[in-house]
Amino acid sequence: MALQSLDITRRSASPTASPQARKTIEIAKLIDVSTCIGCKACQVACSEWNDIREEVGHNIGVYDNPTDLSADAWTVMRFAEEESNGKLEWLIRKDGCMHCADPGCLKACPSPGAIIQYSNGIVDFHQENCIGCGYCISGCPFNVPRISQKDNKAYKCTLCSDRVSVGQEPACVKTCPTGAIQFGSKEDMKDVAATRVADLKTRGYANAGLYDPQGVGGTHVMYVLHHADKPEQYSGLPKDPAISTTVQLWKGWLKPLATIGIAAAGLFGFFHYITVGPNRPDDDDEHAAANPAAKQEDKA
Amino acid sequence: MKEQLIQRYSAAERINHWIVAVCFILLAISGLAFFYPAFFWLTGVFGTPQLARIVHPFVGVIMFVAFARQFFRYWHHNLINSEDIRWMKSVRTVLSGHEVGDTGKYNGGQKGMFWLMCACMAVLLVSGFIAWRPYFAGYFPIPVIRLALLAHAWAATGLIAGIIVHVYAAFWVKGTIRAMVEGVVTHAWAKKHHPRWYREMTGKQK
Repeated sequence: MALQSLDITRRSASPTASPQARKTIEIAKLIDVSTCIGCKACQVACSEWNDIREEVGHNIGVYDNPTDLSADAWTVMRFAEEESNGKLEWLIRKDGCMHCADPGCLKACPSPGAIIQYSNGIVDFHQENCIGCGYCISGCPFNVPRISQKDNKAYKCTLCSDRVSVGQEPACVKTCPTGAIQFGSKEDMKDVAATRVADLKTRGYANAGLYDPQGVGGTHVMYVLHHADKPEQYSGLPKDPAISTTVQLWKGWLKPLATIGIAAAGLFGFFHYITVGPNRPDDDDEHAAANPAAKQEDKA
Repeated sequence: MKEQLIQRYSAAERINHWIVAVCFILLAISGLAFFYPAFFWLTGVFGTPQLARIVHPFVGVIMFVAFARQFFRYWHHNLINSEDIRWMKSVRTVLSGHEVGDTGKYNGGQKGMFWLMCACMAVLLVSGFIAWRPYFAGYFPIPVIRLALLAHAWAATGLIAGIIVHVYAAFWVKGTIRAMVEGVVTHAWAKKHHPRWYREMTGKQK
């Protein structure tokens, strides 16, 4: 951990810079939606490797199960039935943390070191520092973090930071039977994606493309989509995700304004007192009040 | 000569005020800790950061309830009239230590502060409930929670700055703190700062 801590480029709620000397390769997970068969082996591998078990739920009429991300389900397959090109398409997307280069969760988090970003691009939660405020949920443009009802700590995909740190691929990648999930350097994954996109275009998917949204500085989980022009079709994948303006105002603009406002109030009082001095009832008034018959003239 | 005193706040009013004040200080300290990373250590006011996150909203509810009691005590003393407008327009004169207008129980500045506090308290309560985990936040959509967090921080900033002015004014105008500690003020104090209230209380014309 001591050495690994050198590879942390950003910590939540930490005003000063992290160690910057070491540079590691930027990694990425590439999810090729067009070759995913929806088998959920990745869900199982995630559950196995991380020792998390979501409670068995109920069938809600579609294949989604678990139906949503949770503290015990860090990745879920989302199945969407969409009509495009005049035919029904079954669009299956493995949902989970996108590991943004500019993570909204990290920006919003008030607890030092509860959210960290490794120089390889992984965004990780350190639950020991988590206070359970849920600010990360508000910060995330992808609606990913979930707070456990058992311990009030936030959880999400770690991109298997433990495996990656010892040179292994994430568990979901390891287990994917079709090769729809791949892992490597971000550069390599972009190359793989380019090949896949070119192939999809020859097969009639003119709008095929890579999902690596620049509004969050790019992501370290990327999708190959057959309809990159309409990411919303894939169970609401946002088209142009970015940290919400509200969060920017809250975590960005308001801080200096609040500092100025509070400091102004304090400084005003200080300088007012040392220049104007205390406001005392005059001795005359004291006398006049004590003796109403006395003359009183200094009415303002 | 024996000091002549007027009762300004009853024991119940003083206790009420200090409940709000103590809650406010605890909330401001822990709230600033959540707002400014460099002040995160102030969460220690409640023991640990996790405890601060858990306790902060409960203290907030206590403060709101106690403040609501104050609201019903004082709102009718705080309706703004033409004397108060005159006071507000002449605030520079007031700040130089000279009284303006035939002030009743509260002057224009105090009334303005009263309504500012009411507005901030209302915003803090509503936004605080919306953002309150694990009990209430789950019932609201994320964009609404974001707005609540922004509004909460804004209102808290306004309230903290307002309270600094409130505390300073009490410290600046000598004899004022006694009103909220012992409950009394001198005749001279009342006559100088709140002449109309002084006449009402004493029945004197001057």
